[in-house]
This record gives sequence, C-alpha cells and structure tokens, in this order.
Amino acid sequence: MIEYSLDSALPILPELFCVLAGMVLLIIGAMRGNAATSVICWATVATFGVAIILLLGLDWDRVTVLNDFFVFDPFAGFMKMIVMLGLMASIAMSVNYLYQEQMVRFEYPILILFAGVGMMFMISANNMLSVYMGLELQSLSLYVLAAMQTRQLKSAESGIKYFILGALASGMLLFGISLIYGSTGTIDFHSIGQALELSEGMNAGLITGMVFVLVAIAFKISAVPFHMWTPDVYEGAPTSVTALFALVPKVAAIALLIRLLFEPFAMLVDQWQQIIWVLSLASMVVGAFAGLVQNNVKRLLAYSSIGNVGYALIGLVAASEGGVAAVILYLVIYMVMTVGAFSILLVLRRDNVGLVKLSDFAGLSSTNPVLAYSMAIIMFSMSGIPPFAGFFGKMFIFETAVAEGFYVLAVLGVLSSVVGAYYYLRIIKIMFFDSSEETIDNEFPLATRVLLVASIVIIVGFVFKPMLLLHGTLNITATFFT
Amino acid sequence: MIDFPILSAIAFLPLVGAFFILTIRGSDEVVARNARYTALYTSLFAFALSAYMLVRFDGSTAEFQFVESFKWLPAYNISYHVGVDGISVFFVLLSTLLTPICILSSWNAIKTRVKEFMIAFLLLETFMVGTFIALDAVLFYVFFEAVLIPMFLIIGIWGGPRRIYSAFKFFLYTLLGSVLMLVALLTIYYYTGTTDIPELMTRHIPREMQMWLWVAFFASFAVKMPMWPVHTWLPDAHVEAPTAGSVILAGVLLKMGGYGFLRFSLPLMPEATAYFSEMVYWLSIIAIIYTSLVALVQTDMKKLIAYSSVAHMGFVTLGIFTASIQGLQGGIFQMISHGVISGALFLIVGVVYDRLHTREIARYGGLVQNMPKFAVIFMVFMLGSVGLPGTSGFVGEFLSLIGAFQANTVIAALAATGVILGAAYMLVLYRGVVFGPQANKDASEMNDVTIREISLFIPLLILVFVLGVKPGLVLDRTEATVKNLVNNYEAAIAGTYPADIEPAAGLVEYDSMSGLERDIMHEDEAYGYENGEGQLND
Repeated sequence: MIEYSLDSALPILPELFCVLAGMVLLIIGAMRGNAATSVICWATVATFGVAIILLLGLDWDRVTVLNDFFVFDPFAGFMKMIVMLGLMASIAMSVNYLYQEQMVRFEYPILILFAGVGMMFMISANNMLSVYMGLELQSLSLYVLAAMQTRQLKSAESGIKYFILGALASGMLLFGISLIYGSTGTIDFHSIGQALELSEGMNAGLITGMVFVLVAIAFKISAVPFHMWTPDVYEGAPTSVTALFALVPKVAAIALLIRLLFEPFAMLVDQWQQIIWVLSLASMVVGAFAGLVQNNVKRLLAYSSIGNVGYALIGLVAASEGGVAAVILYLVIYMVMTVGAFSILLVLRRDNVGLVKLSDFAGLSSTNPVLAYSMAIIMFSMSGIPPFAGFFGKMFIFETAVAEGFYVLAVLGVLSSVVGAYYYLRIIKIMFFDSSEETIDNEFPLATRVLLVASIVIIVGFVFKPMLLLHGTLNITATFFT
Repeated sequence: MIDFPILSAIAFLPLVGAFFILTIRGSDEVVARNARYTALYTSLFAFALSAYMLVRFDGSTAEFQFVESFKWLPAYNISYHVGVDGISVFFVLLSTLLTPICILSSWNAIKTRVKEFMIAFLLLETFMVGTFIALDAVLFYVFFEAVLIPMFLIIGIWGGPRRIYSAFKFFLYTLLGSVLMLVALLTIYYYTGTTDIPELMTRHIPREMQMWLWVAFFASFAVKMPMWPVHTWLPDAHVEAPTAGSVILAGVLLKMGGYGFLRFSLPLMPEATAYFSEMVYWLSIIAIIYTSLVALVQTDMKKLIAYSSVAHMGFVTLGIFTASIQGLQGGIFQMISHGVISGALFLIVGVVYDRLHTREIARYGGLVQNMPKFAVIFMVFMLGSVGLPGTSGFVGEFLSLIGAFQANTVIAALAATGVILGAAYMLVLYRGVVFGPQANKDASEMNDVTIREISLFIPLLILVFVLGVKPGLVLDRTEATVKNLVNNYEAAIAGTYPADIEPAAGLVEYDSMSGLERDIMHEDEAYGYENGEGQLND
C-alpha cells in the first residue's frame, strides 16, 4: 500500500495548480461562452505566473515522488520555468490576434494550459509511462490548436497532418517502450540504467527500443529526417499557434531528450551519439538549404527552427556537461529571439489581413522603422552575428563540439550557418533595401510592445552581462550531472 | 600609467554618440542636421582622444599599453581585455582619423535616412576600434564580425544600382571565412584554456595543430585582406558602396586582415607560418601582377582603385610573411599609407561623382582646365599610390621589397614589377580624368573643389608627405613590437624558446625536448585541463 502525504506531493504543486486552474477556467468558459475568452487568456497567463512562483518556492533539490514516476531537480525546475514563460508569452502575444482573425474561442488558452501541463510532466518524467502521458497530453492539445481556425482549409489540413504524423510518432514511442520493457523488465528510468550497467554487453532489444524512442522524439523536435510535417503545420496553423509551436514544445521535448540520454541511456552513449550526430548535421544542412527558397515567412521560420534544432543537438552530441549547458543556453536564447520575431509577425497586418509573404515586408524600414530595426536585430542574431545573443548561443555550442573533438560537425555547422545567414539577410534586404508605398495597419497592443522590448533588450544586452544567463544554465547542469 | 580607460573611451564614445542620434526627434531636416553634427563632433572627439593616446604611447617597449581588463565571462575564462602595442596603435588612429573624414564627406552626398547613416557609421567606428584594441580572441572575434552589420547596411541602403548583390557578396564572403576562424579560435581555447592573446603568445601549439589552425585563420584574413583569388567581393563592394563606405572599406576594413595575420598567425602559429610562407609569397605575387593588369583595363574609376588595393595588399602580405623586421615594418607602414592614400583616392572619385554621377573614366577628361585645385590634389595622391619617393607610399613598398629580397630574390624581382605596373594604371587613370581634351561638355563645366572638400583632403595630404619624409614617426613606435615579434618567431622556428615563454614553470628539460615530446607533453596538459577541475564548475 502506498501512502501519500502532502509533502510527497509538494514537487508537483505547480502542475496540480495548473490542472485545477484549467478546470475552473473551463467551467467559467462553459458558463460564459466565448465572450470570456480575453479574460480566460489573461487568467491563464496569471495561472502560469502563479505556477512559476510556486515552482520557485520549491526546494530545488533532486527528489522523486509518486513512486518514482516523477522527478524534480534543478534541471526540471529551470526548464519548466522557461516553458511556462514561453507559454505566457505565446498567449499574451496572441490575444489581440484571436479577435482580429475571428477565432475567439475560450478553449484556446485552456488547451495551451493543458499542453503546458503535459510539457511539465515530460520534463519531470522519470518513467516511460509518464513520458508517454506527458507527451500525449501535450500533443493532443496541440493537434486541436493547429486546427483551431476552422474556416481556413489550410488550418484544418495542418491539424490533420500534425495529428497523423504525431500519432505515428506516438506509435513508435510505444513500440520502443515495449521493446525496452521486454528486454529489461522495467520502464523506470533508474532501473533501465541499472539494467544497462549490469548487462554490460550489447542488449539488442534495448538498443532497438531506444532507437524507436529517439525517433519518436526526433519527430517532436522536428529533427531531419523526421521534420516533414513542420513547414506545412507552421504554414497552415494560425500564426499565433505557429508562434506557440516555434516557442515551446521543442524546448520541452529537448529537455525530455536530455533526461533520457543522460539518465536511463547514459551507458549507451556510443550508440546514441552516432544517431544524434546524424540528426544534428542533417537538420542543420536541410534547415539552411531548404530555407533559401521559401517565400512564406512562416515556412521560412519553420526551416529556421529545424536548423536551430540541429545546432542545439550538437551540444548533445558532445555528451558533456558543458554541452548540455550550451544546449540550455541556446534554447533560452532561441526562445527569446522567436518571441521577438513572432510578436512582430503577429502585428504585421495590411487591411486586416496578416502578412506572411516575404515580399509583403518591402519598405518596412521606412513605413515602420521600429519594427524593421527590431526585426533586423533579431535576424542578425539568428544568423549568429555578434554582438547579439544568438552568436553566443552558437559559440558555446561549437565550443563544446570542438572540446569533444567533433571537428567535422563543428565545421559543417558553421558553414551551414553561413548558408542560413543568407535567408535571414534576405528578410533584412526586403525590409531595408526594397521600397514600397504600402503601409501596415497601425495597431500594437501593449503585450506585443512589452514582449518585443524584452526580447530586444535580452538580445542586445546579453553581450554586456553574459553571466546573468550563463550562471543559471551552468549551475543547472552542474547539479544535473552529479 | 594613467587610470583613465582611454581605449574603452575611444571605442565606446561613438556608441554613445549613436545612441544620442537615436534619440533625436523632430522634422526630417532638423534630425538630419543634428545627426550630422552629433556624428561629426563625436568622431572628432574620439580622434582627439586617440591622438592623445598616441602622444602618451611609449614606443620603446613591446608591452601592451593602456591595458584594461575586467571579467566578462569568468566561467569560461574569457575577459574584456584591451590594450595597444606598436602594431595596433596606428590602426586605432587610422580608424578614428578616417571616420570624421567620412562623415564630412557624406555631409551632402547622403540625403536619405541621414540619421540611420550616421548611426551606422558610428557603430562601425566602435567595432573597428574594438577589433584593433581587443586582447582577447573572443572579444576580437565579436568586434571583427560585428563590423559586417553596419557595412552591410551602408552598402545595401545607400549604395549604387547593384548594391544588393554587392552587399550580400561582401557579407557572405567574409562571414564564410570568419566562421572557420571561429572554429580555430575555439580549438585554441579548448587546447590552452584561455583566449587571452598575451597569454596565448606564451604558449606553444603543436605543429600539426598549427597547420590546421593557420589554414582556418588564413581563410578569414585572406578574404578580408583581400588576397587573390578570394578578392572578388572587393571590386563589387567598392563600386556599389557610397563614397564614405568605400573610404572606410579600403582605409580600415582591409587592414583587419593584415592586422589579424600580425596578431594571430605569426605569433601563435609560427611553424605553420614558416611552412606556408612560400605559398603566401606566390599568392601575393599573383595578386600584385595579375590585379595590376586587371586594373589597367578598367573603365570604372572605383573599380580601378579597388583592384589597385588588392595589388597594394599583395605587398603587405609579402612583407608580413617574410617575418623579417624590414618586411613587417614595411607591411605595417604600407597598410597605414594605403589607408590614407586609397581613402583619399575614393574621396577624389566621390568629388567628381557627386558632380556628374558617373564613375566612367571616359566621361571625364581635361579636368585640369576647370578644376585645377582638384588636379593638384589628385596628383599628389596618385603619386603616393604609385610610390614616388617622398610620399608615404614609397616607404611601405620599399621596406616590403627589402624584406622580400632577403627571403627570396625571384619573389622580390617579380614584386618589383608591380611597382611599375602600379605606375602604369595610376597614370592611365590620371591622364584619362585630368588631362586630354575636354571631350564632355558637362564634365568641363564642373566646379572646382569647395572649401569643405579641401578640408577633407588637407589632413590626408599632410600625412602623405610627412610620413613619406619622416617615416620614423611610425616606424620608431612600431619597431620594438616588431622586433619582439620577429625574435619570438625566429626562436619558435629554431625550436628554442626564450625562457620567458616557457609554458610551465619547472620544466627544465623543455628546451631539449623534440617537437614530438613537446606535443605529447602539451596534450597531457590539455587532457588534465579537460578532466581536472572543470572550469564550468567554478
């Protein structure tokens, strides 16, 4: 008989709070209808805010609860905080957009809330079953969100595509878990690790199982060659949902990947290193080259995110403490840049239609210089040009690759970053060098301004006080590795 | 030593100025006027500060001076560390001298987005100065790369008809070289555990590794320089850039390549430098002769001067890679002289371009009759570019050739033909523009240079003569640093390390070790660094 006490449930307090708040909001929504959407949106933001405060109030030491189902450690705490901040940003920037696009539905923020809970469970998973539960809760909420804009055929198509490929990935995940269970007799992370240590020799079933699990996660983080859904889903989904997709799920999935690779599969490092190596290189190259021919900003950002996942994975290939620290830093910086990029994209409208074609940006520097310069800074940062934060993210990633002797990956990585720089520059070129008389709708909600300013301040200010962010990531990984 | 952080002040003053310009509000005209004046005063003040720095500079020592250092990325042992020695001090001065001249030259030429232009230029100055004063490899890289951003915008927004192609070519070409250098820098960092340049100069990197690192650094600096065959971005960028952009590109940005060789390739990778120097000689010879011939047939003034820049940079690389005192002194002097002269030549093109809006040589002719003052100014700089004794151009070429002669007679003889070719294309240009019949009516009606334009040329004119007659003004201050560099280089080649640059105390037998033994020893050190107290933990 398992005994529960309040203490043992303490580490899942943020999740519990989110779930309860979600249910309350759901009831409010059901009673008040879509008229309450705006209120529910901000209530959801507030919910995440409270959850972050609860999270910070926890004792940040490693502890497992719920029969080892759930682990809380500084790594989990930090990643959850990032994820929740990303979710808050993505809701805040889309409230206005929901009204403009006439997709006012009170379920929208609540689905994001539940997706967030799923992600938090993924990050804290300590058991294959909790991995699956978290992943599914997240995915199912996101499928619905992708298809939210019911009047648009593309949105529905994007939802279906996402669902079918996501279901395939879930199937693979389950198959992989069953193989692992079959060959070790356990689904507990710690026990899998122990089984690996005991077996010493090659365990074919376990390795095959791990490969399936990795493939499923590669789907979720859209690493090449499992990226096919990304451009279509990014393009088809409402822009506010695209922003959400670009911001958060990948961070959660990479956090899960880090935990899987360094806890249960730590002994199989020689095996998974090769897999991640290939995923990383392929993602960087495809992300760079395929982005060259895109004319839709959302597709472009999809390929950009594929490329960025490739860079982040380099840090995992390195399989070192510094590598993981670099990945976390990279993800944080990437998220900051994406918040900036999408908060601009969401307000760029002409005659009340959102602008998604690259050519629509022509002359933005003269019609709206503030947005244009902000976008330029974000694009330079994304292409990894110093002194912006994006450069440092990349630099630390490459530093770990070099330190662990992955010169080929580092050189090919920097070369593909030059190719990628071309399409970021192209956006700048269209905004600054091309001219156009057409103006854009002049409506900038407060939330957008706040997010944009915050994003630019971090991107530009990082160079002056880099240790502010670095301290966090370094400390997190230091404890994660001991 | 003075406590005032003079180098940081020079570097970041323009940044403050740019920020001020950003806050200017009002009608377009008011904004433009205030932006111009703010930019001019800021850059003049920065120049005054750097002139003061030069006065206080002690030329008798190879030590870094005006050093500032504070923690920047302590967890990674990377710091904000700046300082100047004999090599860098004049490049700082060159940057701060040319910036106000460029700002003045664009006073009327830039009519659109004046505010942005001035901000871009001041940012550019910050990054240029930063590149030359950085004593930390990562800091250097940050500034070195950041230069691309304002330059990209300057070419792309205020450039000529093919500006977009040129801006992209410039950006991607240089970025491609630079990222390889980044990997090399990170390798050095991993291997030695530091990115501090003075500290790195005391370490010995294994020969095998030096080779790879050298190639990576070369990829970056050769593009920036630019050396044949990676020079093709330069004519495009020059032709399309606005006058001020061309001036700063030729005057300062090209020098970053040469400076990089002096700061990284020679001191950190001496054995590789010796190994590859033969190749660099031949590339330099090809650059000198081939691009001179190309320059000879140009019909576009800016293109001609751009190709001449490549040829002149050939002398610089030739001088630097002889690794002799004369060669290095010549290379440095040639870079400074070329910065002044080619900057002035682009200004001269700007003068006539502002009047007639064409750079075709054939559209001009006989300007000596209606623009006599212009003809005189042009002649001085033309002769300086040719390398007439008495002008600064002569000293640099002469010293480089002396250095080359010591290293390889054939190379020196071939390089010397470049001097003749240089005279040929510059005289062709001068004859086509200034002499001959007044074939074009509009060209013959142009006004002579105005007071504002003359005021741009006066400091440069003075410099060309003063440096030509009294090169010691520069050479005396660079000598100690160059001697030190050459001594260390020769010691490294000979395999005997002076006592002060031994990598670790107490290793008495170090000098008697073979190269391989040294490598093994250093590898052990590196291993210890990796597995010992991880730097990330502190």
